[in-house]
This record gives sequence, structure tokens and C-alpha cells, in this order.
Amino acid sequence: MSVRPSHATTGAGRPSPAGEPHSRQWRGLGIGFLIKLLLMGIVNALGVAVVLAAWASESWAILGAMVVIVVVVDWIYFSKRALPLKYLTPGLIFLAIFQLFTMAYTGYVAFTNYGTGHAGSQTQAVDALLIQNERRLETSPSFVLSIVRDGDELGFAIVVDGAVRVGSPESPLTEAPDAEVDQAGRVVSLPDWEVVSRAELLSDRGLQQAVVDLRVPVSDEPEDGSIRTREGSTGAIYRSVLEWDPDAQTMTNVDTGTVYSVTDRGRFEAPDGTQLPVGWYVTVGFENFTRAVTDSNYSTPLLRVAGWTFAFAILTVLSSFILGLILAIVYNDPRVRGRKFIRTLFILPYAFPAFMSGLLWRGMLNPEYGIINEFFFMDAYIPWLSDPWLAKFAILYVNLWLSYPYWFLVCTGALQALPTETMEAARIDGAGRWRTFRSVTMPLITVSTAPLAIASFAFNFNNFTLIYFLTEGRPRFTDTSAPLGHTDILISAIYQISGVAGGRADYGLASALSIIVFIVVGAISALAFRQTRKLEEMN
Amino acid sequence: MAISRATKTPATRLSRWWAEVGWKYPLALLVFFYAASPLVYVVSASLAQRGTLAGTARLFASISPNNYENLNNTAFWSWVVNTLIIGGSTAFGAVLMGAAAAYAFSRFRFRGRRTSLTSLLIIQMFPQTVAFVAVFLLLISLGRVTPLLGINSTVALICVYLGGALGANTFLMFGFFNSIPKEIDESAKIDGATHAQIFWKIIMPLVTPVLAVVGLLAFIGVFGDFILARIILTSEHNWTLAVGMYQWVSAELSANWGLFAAGAVVASLPVLVLFLALQKYIVGGLTAGSVKG
Repeated sequence: MSVRPSHATTGAGRPSPAGEPHSRQWRGLGIGFLIKLLLMGIVNALGVAVVLAAWASESWAILGAMVVIVVVVDWIYFSKRALPLKYLTPGLIFLAIFQLFTMAYTGYVAFTNYGTGHAGSQTQAVDALLIQNERRLETSPSFVLSIVRDGDELGFAIVVDGAVRVGSPESPLTEAPDAEVDQAGRVVSLPDWEVVSRAELLSDRGLQQAVVDLRVPVSDEPEDGSIRTREGSTGAIYRSVLEWDPDAQTMTNVDTGTVYSVTDRGRFEAPDGTQLPVGWYVTVGFENFTRAVTDSNYSTPLLRVAGWTFAFAILTVLSSFILGLILAIVYNDPRVRGRKFIRTLFILPYAFPAFMSGLLWRGMLNPEYGIINEFFFMDAYIPWLSDPWLAKFAILYVNLWLSYPYWFLVCTGALQALPTETMEAARIDGAGRWRTFRSVTMPLITVSTAPLAIASFAFNFNNFTLIYFLTEGRPRFTDTSAPLGHTDILISAIYQISGVAGGRADYGLASALSIIVFIVVGAISALAFRQTRKLEEMN
Repeated sequence: MAISRATKTPATRLSRWWAEVGWKYPLALLVFFYAASPLVYVVSASLAQRGTLAGTARLFASISPNNYENLNNTAFWSWVVNTLIIGGSTAFGAVLMGAAAAYAFSRFRFRGRRTSLTSLLIIQMFPQTVAFVAVFLLLISLGRVTPLLGINSTVALICVYLGGALGANTFLMFGFFNSIPKEIDESAKIDGATHAQIFWKIIMPLVTPVLAVVGLLAFIGVFGDFILARIILTSEHNWTLAVGMYQWVSAELSANWGLFAAGAVVASLPVLVLFLALQKYIVGGLTAGSVKG
């Protein structure tokens, strides 16, 4: 990304030093500049492609963001100012979109009822309702219909008054003058489209379903309805029984005359209280937060989950720190031979990928066939992962196995970095081993490991992988319908409630809980960093 | 020696040695048993003739390559390739972006430098995974524009991971960049080097160790991530190892156990070797910032 666009000034007007040929002096567009040009070309091409695609899919926010990004990037890399930004921009863009924006967006979603039943904007809900309620128009004639294909895209070709019209779900029907029609009035060939044979349709069940689901709009106006087929050889115009009035914000059922009006919860509701099944998301204020503490389905389980999250994070850091520290002290002894070898063996669990450890222990702790019960408990049936307290114990035990090597390494490093003069001074002053440990070693080690302990706490506070891979939060709470369990920590509870992996989705509540986690983790980090700074100043 | 110090017979010296040093060897053996037995067990389970969980409690009762051969009938190898591609690209991108940012913070003095550094420090406290719902919804919207950035796209997942790269790595690198004397790039500047030449040809070769650490940490992070990979990659041939192997064990634990064990051995062996070989650097990197356990 070398920038040397100054060839204009070097070429003329400057006297060449003696002995140097003129050609040597010209430093024009170097290889670096060419690379930069190439990269910027690619970035611009991708940017324009996204802008066009956003235009086509009417995603105005993305279009706007992309235009801003492309313009800013071009300005930064082609201007001579903004030198630091040339280095910061790539990372900042990703940071802005995938971290800052998602955090802000979490904040927004937390105040909406986004989720199952409210899974999109109002426009999307209206479109979905119109499509769902399509019925065959009684006045519609029956058209001879052929199924056509372009790559993966399916479409219909129909014959209306002798003229062929073709279209797909994405593009409404248009005239196809170059089509060939046989005597039965069936389309035989079509430019740009491949006609699907009847035999193929009959033999492919997946294709049949796709054809029955296919709807090709008659025109750009949704009110004109669409062509659909039941059997793949004749089609008719289908039109929605619902009618959308954007000015009055009402949906009217043409058959029954029922008028559905907009509620402030993001639904269409009739005067008698019946609602249409598809809604859209609206802001609901602090409802998600109040639901988390007052809804009896969530409040008690979430409180217990929060309690266990703290207990888990604290106990796991404490236990692994203590074990690691003891081992580090014991084996930080020059008289022990083969210390390097011993150390390597000790950290084996740490080198084993963490997610596999969770799964491995899940099998080992299996009450029926697991090696733990068969080998150590003489084949007894101990429900390690399905009893609330045993499951908690098992999680702590497995995480101790996983993370003591880390503290062993860290404490060994900290011990070796202790100033020998201080230790000697303590000895000369007559301090015994215990006294030295308590008054010199421990304080020094605490100072150097405290930031890591905080980081480790924050990490375990959100240690989704371990919990989910070992127990998936089970055993379930029996006194609630919320999908939560005794070993769920907040992040796994959010995962269950959000429904991103299937089941009922409640993005609003999940995001509200995410905000709470953000606040907790942020507050603890801030407090703790301040505390460590104080500790450091003391020494 | 024994003669000159009559009070210390060989016997008391031995018992003193036991009390001071000797007991540490049996203890080491015990800890080693605690640390390594699950790993020995997984090797044994992977070599079992039958692929079920039942019967694996008897270690090395049968030795057969069945489970390893059966891996070929699954999507395991494509998961390995996916993990390598996603991890490799993320590591590469994270190293480049982190190094560039660290260079800017370390070498340029500009308005807002301190503020940006502090903001980065604050931002990196908030783990990206907690916002996974928003990531999911964002990718659904992006996917409507271009499937390349939507759900079930490897590229989208890499982009999401790269979003967390700057916060996590800049500080680690920043410290390292600061430890390289400024006189070096000043003399290069006097010789006519541009800022880009200084970055690519002078600084980057000098900071290779920290680049390796950051790259490795980024790779390990991707390797171990489940939650983002799980919600973004929906079709089986796109999965990473963590998602795929979780599916084996969660779907039918006792039936797929042999496959899991074999897969775990295959996938963890390179990591294990790499980790033990690079122990020193990783520990240095860990103590300087990010944490695994």
C-alpha cells in the first residue's frame, strides 16, 4: 500500500545530482501503489455490488451504510491526510458492524417484542398475510400452464388468448413473443427458460411440492393476485381474501367483511378480539425487563440461573487458581528433577480442545455406560448429569480439570518472576517459610494474577460451551414452562430463550437478558481493573 | 561428608529428602493420572471395535481401526476443512488488522488517539457472543441483500469473528510494538522509506513472534467457538468441528461414541502437538491479555 503519487514533482524542475542518470530519478507509480489500486478496485466493486443488491431488495439501511463505507474508505485511502486511519480503518469497519452495531442493536431489540409471531416489519407481515390467505378467484378462467425452469429458479408459462406469458416468483408475468406452442396450446420451448417435462414433474416429489407452493404475481400490484396451480398443468388467478388498506391501516376480509385494525402490540385485530396469525415487531418499552423479574414463569428460574452463574464463575476461578497455585509452588523447586517434563504432563488438559473436553466428559459421566461409574464406583448408577446438585458438582469438577493447568502455568511464571532480593531480605529478617509465603509471596502473586483472575471470571461467566456441551443446562426446572434448567448460566439461558436454534423465539426477552449480562460483565471488569490499579500502586 | 557431619547419617538424609523433595514425585504421578486419564480413555475408546459407549470402560479391550475408517463415511473431513479455512482466514485477518491498528497507535500521534485506545479497552470487555441474537438478526437482513453475508455462509461467519479481532488483539500487539525502538523507523524514514515501507519491511519482520501468538490465539478461539458457528452455519456440510461433533454426541451419544472418540483424537492431535511445542509463546500471550480457562 505504498503511497508515492508525487511523480509530478520529482520529474521536472529539480536538478539531478551529478552522476545519476535522469531515468533513475523518476519514482512514479510503484508496485505498492498498483497493489493498492487493485485492492481498492476490488473493495469498490464489492461495495457497488452490495449497493445494487440492496437497491434491488429495497434494504435501504444496508444501502445507506454501504454507500457511506465505500465513500469513507475511498477518501481515506486516496487522500494524503488521515494517515493513521489508513491503518485503523479495516479493523474499525468490522468492529463497527459486527460488534458495536450488534451491541446497539441488542439494546434496540431488548425494547421490542421481536420473536415468534412478531418476526419482521409491518410490510413483511402484510405481505405474508396476503399470501397466506390467497384463494382461487371464482371468476378466474383456467389457463393452460407449463412449468419452466432457469437454473434453480422455477416459473410458470401460461397461454392467455393465444399469447404466451411467462414469469417467476421474483418477476411478474410478461409477454414472451418468441415462445413455441404446440397444438394443445402447451408451451414447448421458450427463450431463456427450460420447459420442465410432464414426466419429470410426475417422478420428482420435491418438485411437485415446489410447484404447488409456487406463486407467480400477475403484475407488480399485489392486489392483482397471482397464478397458482394445483396439479401442474392448469393454472388460475388466486387472490387474497384479505385486502390491505395502507391509509386506514386496516385489513379487510372480503368474504366476511371483518375489518382488522392495527393494535399497539403489532397485530391485526378484529372488533371481536380475534387476531390474524402474523404480526410485526413494535417497541414495548421496558416490558421485557419487567417480564424477567415479574413473570412467574421467568422470574424465579432466572434468579436461580443468575445465582448459579455467579457461583459457577467464582467457584471455578477459585478452585482452579488454588490447585494451580499449590502445584506451581510445589514444583517450582530446583531440587525436583525433570520439572520441564512434569510441567508438560500437567498441562495436557489445557492443550486438549476445550469443547471436546466437555463432550468427552459427558460420555465419561454417563450414568449407565460411562467409565466413571463403571471404573471408580463399581458400576453404581450415579446420575452425575441429571441430578441438580451432582450436575453442578460435575461441571465444577470438569472445569477444574480444564483450567487448573492455566493457573499452574500462570503461577509458575509469577513465582519465577518474584524478585529474589525480596525473598532473601525476608529470610534474613528471620521470616519462616509460612511467613514468607503469607507476607511476601502471596501479595506479590495476587497483584500479578488479579487481572487474569478477573478476565477468567468474565470468561467463565459466559462459558457457554462448557455448560452446553456437558449438560445443556439440564436437569430442567420442573416448576416452569420456560426452557431453563438447574445448570443453565445466563448465556445458555439466553440461548434457550432466544430460540435461534429452534423452538419458540423470543428475541426481545433474550436481548434484554443480554443487556443485563453486558452490564454485569462491564461493571465487574471496570471495578476490578480499578481495584488492581490500586493494588499495584500499593506495591 | 557423612564423616565430617556425624549427626547426618544417610538414613536421616534420606528421610529429610523424602520430606522435602521425594514426596513430590508420587504426587506428580497422582496429578498426572488426574490430568491424563481422560485422554488415555479417549484414545482407547477410539480404538474400540464397536462404536458404542457401552463397553468402553475396559481400556484397550480391543484394538481396531473401525472408528477411524467410519469417519470417512461422515462429513467429518469437510468439517475439518471448514474449521481450517474459517480459523485460518480469521487468524490471518485478525493478525493483519491488529498489527495495522497497533502500528498506528504505537507510531502515529493523532487527535483522539488516547480516546480511541480507551474506547477499545472498554469495548473489548463486552464479549461479542453475548450479542449473538443481534448477530443472527443482522445476518438475516444482510442475507436478503446478498447470500454471501447471510445465514449459512462461511464468509459471514469469518466477518463476524473479525469484528471481535480489533478489540481482543490490539492491546497485546500494542505493547509489543512499543517495545521496538522508534529510532529504527526514524532512521528508515530519513533514508526515504514511506510509512508503508516501514510497516511492511521493518516493523512486521521484527514483531513476528507476537503475530504468531495472535494468529494462534485467534485460531484457537475459532476452533473452540460453538455458539456463533452453531447459529450461523445451518447446513451440515458447512459446519465446523465443534458444531458437527456436538451434533454427534447430543443426537445419540451412545451410538456415535466411537466416531466422536476417533474424531477427537484426529482433531486434537495437531492442536496438542502445536500447543506443547509453542507452550512458551502461548503462555506469554495468555498472561498478556486474553484467556482461555
